[in-house]
Amino acid sequence: MFESLTSRFSGAFSSLRSKGKISSSDIETTCQEIRQALLESDVALSVVEDFIADIRQKSLGALPTLQSGTNQANAIFEIVNASLIEILGGQARRVRFAKNPPTVIMLAGLQGAGKTTLAGKLAKFYAEQGNTPLLVASDLQRPNAVTQLQVVGESVNVPVFAPEPGNGRGNPVKVAKDGIEFAKSKMYNMVIVDTAGRLGVDEDLMKQASDIRDAINPDEILFVVDAMIGQDAVRTSQAFLDGVGFDGVVLTKLDGDARGGAALSIASMTKRPIMFASTGEKLHEFDVFYPERMASRILGLGDVATLAEQAKKAFDTDTSAKLEAKFASGEDFTLEDFLDQLQAMSKMGNMSKLLGMLPGAGQMKKQIENFDEGEIVRTTAIVQSMTPTERRDPKVLNGSRRARIALGSGRKVSDVNNLVDRFTAAQKMMKQVRNGGMPAGMPPGMAMPAMPKVNAPVNKKKKSKSGNPAKRAQEEG
Amino acid sequence: MGLFSKFIAKIKGTNDFSPADWAELEQELLSSDVGPKLAKEFLDAAKKVKSDNAEEALIEIMTQNLSKSSHEPITVNGTTTIMVVGVNGTGKTTSVAKLASYYKRNGKSVVLAAGDTFRAAAVDQLKTWGERIGVLVISGKENGDPASVAFDGAQNAQKSQSDVFIIDTAGRLHNKSDLMAELAKVKRVVEKVSPINEVLLVIDATTGQNGLQQAKIFTESVEVTGIVLSKLDGSAKGGVALAIEAELGIPIKWIGTGESEGDFAPFDAQSYIKGLLA
Repeated sequence: MFESLTSRFSGAFSSLRSKGKISSSDIETTCQEIRQALLESDVALSVVEDFIADIRQKSLGALPTLQSGTNQANAIFEIVNASLIEILGGQARRVRFAKNPPTVIMLAGLQGAGKTTLAGKLAKFYAEQGNTPLLVASDLQRPNAVTQLQVVGESVNVPVFAPEPGNGRGNPVKVAKDGIEFAKSKMYNMVIVDTAGRLGVDEDLMKQASDIRDAINPDEILFVVDAMIGQDAVRTSQAFLDGVGFDGVVLTKLDGDARGGAALSIASMTKRPIMFASTGEKLHEFDVFYPERMASRILGLGDVATLAEQAKKAFDTDTSAKLEAKFASGEDFTLEDFLDQLQAMSKMGNMSKLLGMLPGAGQMKKQIENFDEGEIVRTTAIVQSMTPTERRDPKVLNGSRRARIALGSGRKVSDVNNLVDRFTAAQKMMKQVRNGGMPAGMPPGMAMPAMPKVNAPVNKKKKSKSGNPAKRAQEEG
Repeated sequence: MGLFSKFIAKIKGTNDFSPADWAELEQELLSSDVGPKLAKEFLDAAKKVKSDNAEEALIEIMTQNLSKSSHEPITVNGTTTIMVVGVNGTGKTTSVAKLASYYKRNGKSVVLAAGDTFRAAAVDQLKTWGERIGVLVISGKENGDPASVAFDGAQNAQKSQSDVFIIDTAGRLHNKSDLMAELAKVKRVVEKVSPINEVLLVIDATTGQNGLQQAKIFTESVEVTGIVLSKLDGSAKGGVALAIEAELGIPIKWIGTGESEGDFAPFDAQSYIKGLLA
């Protein structure tokens, strides 16, 4: 019951991959598993049925043309992936800028979806790209929503147009209209209008929203929706589409553990692209939405593209070039590299979020969620207490060395052991990934789409001699 | 009349329905957010129902899935201490205000603690409510330690011998272990002054199956004793709360149905279940 969509999908595909030759009944089983996975993650039933029908047809159609072996499972997987991306909106769309500034963006959504926070994030996002946004406080309903927007505006250094105190007083339509005039007179090139949360069934408030729309003629109306929303996503998004209309969707609270469901339903039902994803309470935790990345996340492929981008911001070019070269050349990943990474990572912020983007993260979900951020500090201390030799070759770590390291870092010997064990396992996994052999649950060649299989060294262990003398003789012979 | 009622009308007095009817019923059950597991259970049960009172029979099956724990709000002699928790944007602050208003109208003295020191202007939001309702709001600095605000509030409530003391907390996603630890700390610190009698988790009625996970993890860290199902005035039916009752045994205690302080009532099983089927 508590399994995430991701691990459900992983399960469905790992059982498919365990088959040598896939029959049409295997495809049916996989389709049923995917159906269940989608329903448990709140995708609307009609969307699920369409999706399943689509992939069933495509998979069955592709079946006769497939070679036997694991490629079959991967081809099916690719079909599912492509269908997901298609529903999620294909290529990501960007905000359309008005020919005559200001570009007007209006936010609409249910109560508590995260509109006010999002307003701040959008303002920050566009200000950083050299725009001059103005925030307009048209949520005069919720107590102190205006104050909240002012605080948010202040922290991102964007001015807030708030002539009315709110708390039920003032006319939101007039505020929005005056805001646009104000922006024009002060030469702001972008206006972001925050509006009150409203229910799809509340006709009066929906009318108010369409009045605001008619008064300001926005270039983009963004429907802001909580990623945790359930089946009501369909009714509510339809109500907003009918009541006020929208051009794009923003998914908020994607840093929670609800993924995918709402995104799929809304994108599929409304045919409006998801444009932005909000991933935290801090005002920089926000990005444009990438359908292919989201699909990867749903399928448990990890979000390597986002991870790489984040890493780019934090790692200096030297470190990352070094690492990249190392990875490609097939050299072993050492504790020294690990230390570099740890230090860069602490610059990147929240660890659990980063780990969640890794391929196969679905299966480590529990551990990732329970990740203790202080762990980085402690782990760094342990590695720093090692000599350069030890960092390069952890095999030399005997008992007395480990005791010394524990003492030096203020940890227990068992902590040191733990780190070394985990590091060895990770090293092994990376080797496997590079060699194209995936850790269980990952399709070959998919986990790291950008990773070329060049210079993959032959695994020497594979050539090791058999323990059985007869067999060994045979091998050597 | 909802799809479900139409369906019931259709099957009354017959046991001969087509697969299309079952698909329709499944659709209806799923769309109330009870989740695929409960939906399947209800569907299987419905398939056995043949009598004229199919609707009653189904209501009974669904009612059986409610928690065996009492759905009555907890009150104790002396100060009843209530902590309100939940993920972001479910309506915690509004629920705190509504609770305060409810108790005030019932002749109780109430003290509130503005423990959401994180979200911009959340403290002001609660203070505005406090002025409207006429109850004391204890607050600290924005970005201050929520545990210390709650502690001050608890001491104040004790000293003034208030009947009810309610702590608002910042919204937090349940998968952020550091924030969950902070919440557990608030509880621990308050309990140095007086025990927390009730921990209410606010679940937004629009929430899907993720609500289960929310309830599970919040319970692990602060022992949730009841659910406030908020925003039930929209088109969402809040079926995930039934899944929470069935799966985790946590009772729904309050229902929120609007933005005014009066839009709030103790849980009523019958109208909730009927609402799911509407």
